[in-house]
Amino acid sequence: MNKTVNQKAWFLVLPVLVLVAFSAVIPLMTVVNYSVQDTFGNNVFFWNGIRWFEEMLADERMWNALGRQLVFSSIILAIEVPLGILVALSMPKRGFWASFCLVVMSLPLLIPWNVVGTIWQIFGRIDIGLLGYTLDAIGIDYNYTQDFYAAWITVVVMDVWHWTSLVALLAYAGLQSIPDAYYQAAKIDQASRWAVFRYIELPKMAGVLMIAILLRFMDSFMIYTEPFVVTGGGPGNATTFLSIDLVKMALGQFDLGPAAAFSIMYFLVILLISWVFYTVMTNLDKRDAKG
Amino acid sequence: MTHTAQAPGAASIPGDMTADRAAARTRRLRRPSGSVVVMTLYLLFLMLPIYWLLNMSLKTNTEILSGLTLFPHTLTFENYATILTDASWYMGYVNSLIYVVMNTVISLAVALPAAYAFSRYSFMGDKHLFFWLLTNRMAPPAVFALPFFQLYSSVGLFDTHIAVALAHCLFNVPLAVWILEGFMRGVPREIDETAYIDGYSFGKFFVKIFMPLIASGIGVAAFFCFMFSWVELLLSRTLTSVDAKPIAATMTRTVGAAGVDWGVLAAAGVLTIVPGALVIYFVRNYIAKGFALGRV
Amino acid sequence: MAKITLENLAHSYLPNPSAEDDFALKELNHDWADGEAYALLGSSGCGKSTLLNIISGLLIPSQGRVLFDGQDMTHAPTAERNIAQVFQFPVVYDTMTVRENLAFPLKNRRMPADEIARRVQKVGAMIGMEAELGRKARGLTADAKQKISLGRGMVREDVNALLFDEPLTVIDPHMKWELRTQLKKLHHDFGHTMIYVTHDQTEALTFADKVVVMYDGRVVQIGTPQELFERPAHTFVGYFIGSPGMNLFDAELAGTAATVDGARVELGRAYAARGRRVQLGVRPEFVRIGTGDAGIPARVRRVEDVGRHKIVRLEVAGREVSAIAGEGTRIPADANRITFDPEGINVYADDWRVAPEGEAA
Repeated sequence: MNKTVNQKAWFLVLPVLVLVAFSAVIPLMTVVNYSVQDTFGNNVFFWNGIRWFEEMLADERMWNALGRQLVFSSIILAIEVPLGILVALSMPKRGFWASFCLVVMSLPLLIPWNVVGTIWQIFGRIDIGLLGYTLDAIGIDYNYTQDFYAAWITVVVMDVWHWTSLVALLAYAGLQSIPDAYYQAAKIDQASRWAVFRYIELPKMAGVLMIAILLRFMDSFMIYTEPFVVTGGGPGNATTFLSIDLVKMALGQFDLGPAAAFSIMYFLVILLISWVFYTVMTNLDKRDAKG
Repeated sequence: MTHTAQAPGAASIPGDMTADRAAARTRRLRRPSGSVVVMTLYLLFLMLPIYWLLNMSLKTNTEILSGLTLFPHTLTFENYATILTDASWYMGYVNSLIYVVMNTVISLAVALPAAYAFSRYSFMGDKHLFFWLLTNRMAPPAVFALPFFQLYSSVGLFDTHIAVALAHCLFNVPLAVWILEGFMRGVPREIDETAYIDGYSFGKFFVKIFMPLIASGIGVAAFFCFMFSWVELLLSRTLTSVDAKPIAATMTRTVGAAGVDWGVLAAAGVLTIVPGALVIYFVRNYIAKGFALGRV
Repeated sequence: MAKITLENLAHSYLPNPSAEDDFALKELNHDWADGEAYALLGSSGCGKSTLLNIISGLLIPSQGRVLFDGQDMTHAPTAERNIAQVFQFPVVYDTMTVRENLAFPLKNRRMPADEIARRVQKVGAMIGMEAELGRKARGLTADAKQKISLGRGMVREDVNALLFDEPLTVIDPHMKWELRTQLKKLHHDFGHTMIYVTHDQTEALTFADKVVVMYDGRVVQIGTPQELFERPAHTFVGYFIGSPGMNLFDAELAGTAATVDGARVELGRAYAARGRRVQLGVRPEFVRIGTGDAGIPARVRRVEDVGRHKIVRLEVAGREVSAIAGEGTRIPADANRITFDPEGINVYADDWRVAPEGEAA
């Protein structure tokens, strides 16, 4: 669609600008401000240059948290995207059962995040949780508060439980947009099930899948509440992801300078990766627009 | 037409067709499919933890701690009664609902004109502005928790509903703009032009003609705003202490000196699922389309 | 290639159809002769796509059988029927090149690579897309995509039938002509059985050897374009085919004549159609305009000059009637009567044509 040039459109965007300036720019400036200053208390600050940044970059703690974060995001994307597609393909196309699946699948998405944590905290307990009890009963040594692997598996399974439906629902929406004629033509061409997926379904889902991947990447990269409730970042620092580490530093230890420097670098990493996704997505859009 | 008609050149058209219809009728046999297995397992995986929470909320603490039972042997609504009769408990729900609704209304109100501008006009810096807006959706709440706390404290908004509502605009406004822009792109410009030719003012056109056209988009945006505001905890907990404390934060008080009051904790958890479940039930027929965000 | 036979075929989308109205396709018997080009003509919702999908095997009929050269294929899956189908909206595999698209049905049938290459090249030339073979199908125009869909059918040289489901709907008008001409030529050159579904009479009449007209889930007439024009079996055929459609007049029969609006109309032959709603159907081509006292009273409303001839719109007893007059004919200013050419009159009872006594029905 050709858009007309109209500078007055700025007036329509103005409310958003004012609001976002208030809720994003001012706080962000505060963060930047902290990141370049130091204090000995009493609200006396002095210029500190980029010392905090250098300190954080030299600190293994941030690198470890970043490493754990990247591993976590990669694992859940690697599980949730294929699983979500599989679920979307398996869903009934219409009728009562389609609605039923949609409702049940949406449910985890609308549970407050700390309740998600609580649900899994309870579910995994050996004494009162169905999962923990069952695993314990069949002789598997499972304790997510003590064991490194148990903690990781719990956090990953919880995220899969929580968010796979989002991927599935997006993929399902993409599938629903494929006209029946495509499937009929494929039948006539004697295409195999795999070929139908590869040449019809996957290309049609590509757009929404990119959205799903982008959303899941961003949200998993910011994850805080759910693992915090379940493991509190432990055992040790095993599940201390970036946000958990940051909150510990800023609200727990009140190390404002380093935390601010940490925040800015954290934000920049997300921006960078998301920008790559966004560019790929808009290029896909353009390619579609031509077709 | 029930009589037998014979037209020249026509295929024979018997009037009565009841004969051996049943015998000749054929049905496609339903094959037992992998899809059903996959869906059953997946839904089971989703429902089990929720069922477990519900199960626990209907038990007494004694039963919870005395061993594993797959369903409540001594059914009790005591845990729910505790929550629903204690103002410090149920006000948590009220607080949450207040700021979630406020946030949804604010987000939509500012996002609608902006999305219209992005979908219809090109203006200086529009692409950069759009991307910058989206970056706010990518901002980790953890980064903003402390600055928000200081900002809202300094302007005297700490522990108010509006503070949480405004803070949640950080990620909901960009999302709403993005979703609405997608839906608005699908409405042909000719409709705008026709309306202006018919003498509609911009405001009247927008409310009377345009908004009904993208009603489903508004619904979807509202759904997502509601969802993300309802489930967020880090910011809402940081910005409140007593008067606007959300239910999700209230739940931590089940941990007392005598250990955890599991029954009440579970009941509170179940009650936080209810509003979401209600919303889903009402929009169930739009979910599939809605999740496409107007972009398929 | 094969003869396709439909036996007592009927279909309903309801699980337990009882009333006749439950059937989207009412019972019919028909042979589709090998190598002929058929058009399946009707307005939307008349059941023509249902019929097509039953032949292609995308739908299993509620009752009856589908035979290919006498062999029962009612329950055979689409792939076994060896038919090709072109859909209303072009179906191409976006991520493949044009060449890969054309090769796809052959690859799936595990044909040797050199044979595939040879056939793809040939079909590419047939549909006039040799130059674009290496291009990605995404981003091609609608008519190019439709040609690819057609090519995917043509590339299997032994198909039993080529089915078209309103294939030119999304094509630009000037490309429609070209594609239709190409189709005719392909039919002429290769002699595939073709069944072409459309709601456009021009498309049907120019494409097909035989036109099958459907109305309300029922086949009302099968015939050559000329038969449909001269002897419409049902008032719907008369109305649907021809531009403008056939005029209908309520009439009473008496011997070899009829009475329309109080005026006597000579039929020349007797018809047995008593006790039912009797109508005369007269195509505008057979309506003559005149003055004087003979014929049915009429009033000229307006004259439309469409180039080759004039369409005269008249009013007869409050209803509109059309007549076609040659380009050179002058319409008298005081025209007040219409008469009919006797050979252009068809008699209908309850919408079905009644043959004159002595002529085989």
